[in-house]
Amino acid sequence: MNERVLTVEDLRVELPVPAGTLRAVQGVSFHVDRGETLCIVGESGCGKTLTALAVMNLLPARARRAARRMELEGRELRGLSERAMANVRGNRMAMIFQEPMTSLNPAYTIGNQLEEALLRHRRMPRARARERAVYLLDRVGVRPAASRLKQYPHQLSGGLRQRVMIAMALMCSPALILADEPTTALDVTIQAQILNLLAELQREFAMGLVLITHDLGVVARIATRVVVMYAGQVAEAGTAAAVFAAPAHPYTRGLLACIPVPGRTRRGDHLGTIPGLVPSLVGEMRGCHFASRCPHVAPVCRRVEVPLEETIGGERWVRCVRHAEIEPAPRQERQATA
Amino acid sequence: MRFAPAPSPQATGELALLEARDVSRVFRIGLGLLRGKRALRAVDGVSLAVRSGEVLALVGESGCGKTTLARMLLGLLPPSTGEVRIDGRPVGVLPRREIAALIQPVFQDPYASLNPRKSIGSIIALPLRVQGMSRSDTWRRKVEEMMERVGLARDLYDNYPSQLSGGQRQRVAIARALINHPRMVICDEPTSALDVSVQSQILNLLQDLRRDLGLTYLLISHNLAVVEHMATRVAVMYLGRIVEEAETESFFRAPLHPYSAALLGSVLTPEPGLGVPAAELGAAFPDPLNPPAGCRFHPRCGRALVRCTTVVPPSVATADGFVACHLHDGQEHPAQQG
Repeated sequence: MNERVLTVEDLRVELPVPAGTLRAVQGVSFHVDRGETLCIVGESGCGKTLTALAVMNLLPARARRAARRMELEGRELRGLSERAMANVRGNRMAMIFQEPMTSLNPAYTIGNQLEEALLRHRRMPRARARERAVYLLDRVGVRPAASRLKQYPHQLSGGLRQRVMIAMALMCSPALILADEPTTALDVTIQAQILNLLAELQREFAMGLVLITHDLGVVARIATRVVVMYAGQVAEAGTAAAVFAAPAHPYTRGLLACIPVPGRTRRGDHLGTIPGLVPSLVGEMRGCHFASRCPHVAPVCRRVEVPLEETIGGERWVRCVRHAEIEPAPRQERQATA
Repeated sequence: MRFAPAPSPQATGELALLEARDVSRVFRIGLGLLRGKRALRAVDGVSLAVRSGEVLALVGESGCGKTTLARMLLGLLPPSTGEVRIDGRPVGVLPRREIAALIQPVFQDPYASLNPRKSIGSIIALPLRVQGMSRSDTWRRKVEEMMERVGLARDLYDNYPSQLSGGQRQRVAIARALINHPRMVICDEPTSALDVSVQSQILNLLQDLRRDLGLTYLLISHNLAVVEHMATRVAVMYLGRIVEEAETESFFRAPLHPYSAALLGSVLTPEPGLGVPAAELGAAFPDPLNPPAGCRFHPRCGRALVRCTTVVPPSVATADGFVACHLHDGQEHPAQQG
């Protein structure tokens, strides 16, 4: 039986802005099991990063968070004091950010920063913490590990810093890792190495991994399951195989049609586009959030609140009232020229 | 593979629109107080010709020198040695204004490349002013026509960059580049700051403009899927040198240089089930201040021979370009494996 690591139900995040209230995350639900990689994918402003920060309780101070349920290893995180939360963070769950320099302290050595989590959470003697730091640095490919401990973050390349961040996240053997665009700032050859490393470690330590990205290529290659977010909501969710084989939400289809794929899209042809702009999430919105950009929009889409429905076969969720009527999108369709 | 000399622009009688002849650029880098300065060869003996009507993609990872090369090609940075020629004339003797009339840049970040205090209309009109065109009704008409051409509503004329989306701002940058009808545009990562749904719109626009206006592009990109879609020819740069140049078709079918192969192998297409490709490259990015002897790629190369560590590989002509790699230099290499 799968062991559930994280359950999030009906998560909402609101931010006060001059024009009113920005409803950045509007009822997002998902779960992650041990040994599973869940990818949350979407474009800027869709709420994917705030979703992760909400789980970590690292939202900006002015943000308001609400959820029906938010459990890590069966323990409810809502209502935990900041002190209790600090004992969970970096211990049972850890986060990896896009730009490692923003989360590494330039004034401390790599060794100091790695050991800190164990000293704090486990009250481990420093010598033993150091042993684990050396082991993990070596495991993530920062070698020779022992001498790297004495280096400062600025002495490492971007790829090595991200490896240090991964080692740091693993120090206390967390049950869950949240990684927000961990490879976006890296070169493509380094990206492949870091993704492989994350996937290996996730299997080796049987962790749950939530990977937040805008890159559908990354999602396809690493995800067990996918959550596609659009304008603060889950548009579609399911196994990576199912979502990529037959994307059900018009937004997912549109996104897939936008990317050039060597050998599949023809050079010089027009790529697919999604016309229009993401709607403002300030204030109340009626109907489907994607309606203003959707090629399949019908009057009903703007009238009713569209629920996230489980489709035939189960384990597959779509927020579209018309998904059953509109033709399924076979993969070939996106080769068509516009 | 043939070892016939590549048809150089001179040989075919075809004049290169833009040409770099054995161009190098050295920066003096201070290492800190009392430690003196060291020479960093950001670009090291690059020859490159962009022929009229083609889309030449310059690919390579961060720090490989592609932006330094682009700045020299634009006449913004004088080469330390070597020569840049525009339309057959050395760039050193051409007035800035004449260069600007022939070649225009479009940069990565439309947030940074537009003056926030100027209206859209005056941003796009700036090159007209630079070229000394007297202000008149035709000026506004020209700008409005160009706005329409790049897909911007005319009524944005008096708006400011902060009121526009990222995609709209990149359209402004493109309109500004094209207002004086240059023959060539150097696009430096034109879509990497944009969401995928916006990226496809900008790529489609660049394709249309090239076809309709007979433009030539130098496309600098790290995204090989974009390169495959847009380019007619590809040049791969590694640590200041061009290691391979080929027609797009043959490059993507059968890359010759091991670095090109590694780059292509790292492209993550949205195809689930394939997993993340194993990264065959060593992780250590060499220090540009202290580049490796011989082939600069040899410390990361899985197929390096003994002489790769000492002898700089010569550029060997191929059917449609060249490659600088000892595996392809026609000499015996017993250690080579498939």
